[in-house]
Amino acid sequence: MNITDNKLSRRVILQGAGALALVGLGNLPFGAPVLAAANDKYPEDAFKQKSDADAIKALYGKTAETSDKIKLDAPEIAENGGVVPVSMTTTLADVSSIAFVVAENPIVLVAAYKIPAGTVPAVANRIKMAKTSKVTVLVEAGGKLYRTDKEVKVTVGGCGG
Amino acid sequence: MTIRRRDFLKVSAAATLSAGLPRLARSADSASVYDIEKFGNARILHITDTHAQLRPVYFREPSVNIGVGTMQGQPPHLVGKAFLERFGIRPDSADAYAFTCIEFEKAAGRFGKLGGFAHLKTLIDKLRSDAGQGRSLLLDGGDLWQGTGLANTVQGADMVEAANLLGIEAMTGHWEFTYGEKALRENLARFKGEFLAQNVFLTEEARFNDAKAFDPASGRVFQPSTIKEIGGHRVAVIGQAFPYVPIAHPKRFTPDWTFGIRDEELQKLVESLRNNDKVDAVILLSHNGMDVDLKLASRVSGIDVILGGHTHDAVPQPAAVNNAGGVTLVTNAGSNGKFLAVLDLDISKGKINDVRYRLLPVFSELLKPDPAMAALIDKVRAPHVAAYGEKLATADRLLYRRGNFSGTMDLLICDALRSELDAEIALSPGFRWGTTALAGQPLTMEDILTETAITYPATYVQKMTGAQIRDVLEDVCDNLFNADPYYQQGGDMVRVGGLTYACAPMESAGKRISEIKLHNGQALEAGKSYKVAGWASVNEQNGEPVWDVVAKHLRAGKPPNRQGAGVTLKGVDGNPGIAGLG
Repeated sequence: MNITDNKLSRRVILQGAGALALVGLGNLPFGAPVLAAANDKYPEDAFKQKSDADAIKALYGKTAETSDKIKLDAPEIAENGGVVPVSMTTTLADVSSIAFVVAENPIVLVAAYKIPAGTVPAVANRIKMAKTSKVTVLVEAGGKLYRTDKEVKVTVGGCGG
Repeated sequence: MTIRRRDFLKVSAAATLSAGLPRLARSADSASVYDIEKFGNARILHITDTHAQLRPVYFREPSVNIGVGTMQGQPPHLVGKAFLERFGIRPDSADAYAFTCIEFEKAAGRFGKLGGFAHLKTLIDKLRSDAGQGRSLLLDGGDLWQGTGLANTVQGADMVEAANLLGIEAMTGHWEFTYGEKALRENLARFKGEFLAQNVFLTEEARFNDAKAFDPASGRVFQPSTIKEIGGHRVAVIGQAFPYVPIAHPKRFTPDWTFGIRDEELQKLVESLRNNDKVDAVILLSHNGMDVDLKLASRVSGIDVILGGHTHDAVPQPAAVNNAGGVTLVTNAGSNGKFLAVLDLDISKGKINDVRYRLLPVFSELLKPDPAMAALIDKVRAPHVAAYGEKLATADRLLYRRGNFSGTMDLLICDALRSELDAEIALSPGFRWGTTALAGQPLTMEDILTETAITYPATYVQKMTGAQIRDVLEDVCDNLFNADPYYQQGGDMVRVGGLTYACAPMESAGKRISEIKLHNGQALEAGKSYKVAGWASVNEQNGEPVWDVVAKHLRAGKPPNRQGAGVTLKGVDGNPGIAGLG
């Protein structure tokens, strides 16, 4: 590898950084004045829920229908349960909110994002998983709520063939 | 020898696939089992999971290999008589001995050992010469560098030399990664073939730090594919490394790399090879394991043949899988050098017209060892022969490893762990490598290393609660019996000593294990703490290497423990993947 390649690779990474990665949940800019609707407050109640259904209800107040227009990219088996790379994109129009829920985590709501109009609806984050669980991504689009799910296994380590 | 040779020649069930419809052909009249009818214009030879077995071996195929979900009762999850019937192999024949566990000891005496690189070399050279100049290719599916004390000591360097002499043109990897990046790259610098892996990427941190990669833009660490001209046509070979290296093995060996099945990236690569490079055929050289390959073949289109390994399944006939682009054939070529796969292709512009596939057992006694390879094997072994030759004991019964739940060799290892480390319970990994010893055979240090030689051999003794032990059993069991192959890792069940349990493979995760008891019949208590010994932990340990613990146990000459595997199966009556508990 030469220096040119090094520069190239760094540039490619920076170009690819359009997807926002957020892990710390307490500092989300939900209070931004331009978005100051009633449900734009920090969703404190939703972040306290212990079941996925309760968290979805607390956050959105409605149930989600499964959509094949959401692409959830997560490993089948996590290499490290402490930092599991999970990302999503969607072709749904008018996306206003995206959230990630891990049903088996002690606190099931992992992250919630407000998507301003005109923003590409793509989010990549690394989440911490306590154990094997269904991982759900929720997308609010055009006033409706959609979801897609994937099982991510967190194993104690196994034995190869 | 005359009688033995006649035994061999009576029948050879070679599987032939024609026009997409599996059909068995028998070459009963042929002068030699290795004279293959000429077919097509390109011959691809495939070996996999040889586990560094330079010399011929005994290897007993499993008597328990249970398939769940859609794999239930399907190849490779057939054993014993069900296997013979499915593939039309005559009972009592040489092929029955090579492919199944039936009357293994009796047949071993009759047909002898299989494999050995000097014997493989002779056979490979003959088949390449039969195909003609420029019309063949030799591929290795990985797990080439690990499996013996010698390979472990020299970090696979012996196998790089053997691979070069054998003429391997491309390979992918699994245990190769457990030597760590530095040793891996040093070996690859000496390897004359290409190392292919489409599914190994730099971690985000490593990418940001500009760690070494084949393609910095994508983060791919290794070359993903190669294009070979065979018989006047362009054949693409894509490498698929074992997808779960950092999970099944200590992460410290591959800190900068992230793996996974990556079938979307694979699909893009196949399309690029087809559309941009205009290749005539696409082969996936895979270390996924057969169940994973069967699922992958249904999702990814445009691959003609998946030459598979990892799960050590010797499957005489390819499975034909339908997908959006047509049909993909999926094979698995056994282990330990026992088999050589021969894929003959009739290729024309942009497509494969027809194929013939054979999985040839490498009967060592039918093949004259290649002198150059024999000399190389002697040379690399020479510095270690004295140390490895020490006789530790005599095998008191047939000692084998392969099987979903247990094997007599692992019971011996568990006995050694419990007795030498003074533990109530022993846990031993369900590896699928490790050869077989016949009753009465001397057991040497080399034999014990062949069952244990890994780069993280340290033993441990720790306190575990009954609940933790149960969780480990459930967790490993799900790696084996998850109904979705993408969630399987391909090893067998962790072996236990001092413990019995019941297992219901068809149940869901967390509900398969019950009735866990200590050997004295007392139920394992969830809240109680037990002293557990083991080895091959993914966490760093500092106990004595397991091979020294086993050697000490054998040298002490204690009477053998003949307690059985202690596993009761539930809900799998009549499953053709069971021919006796092992």
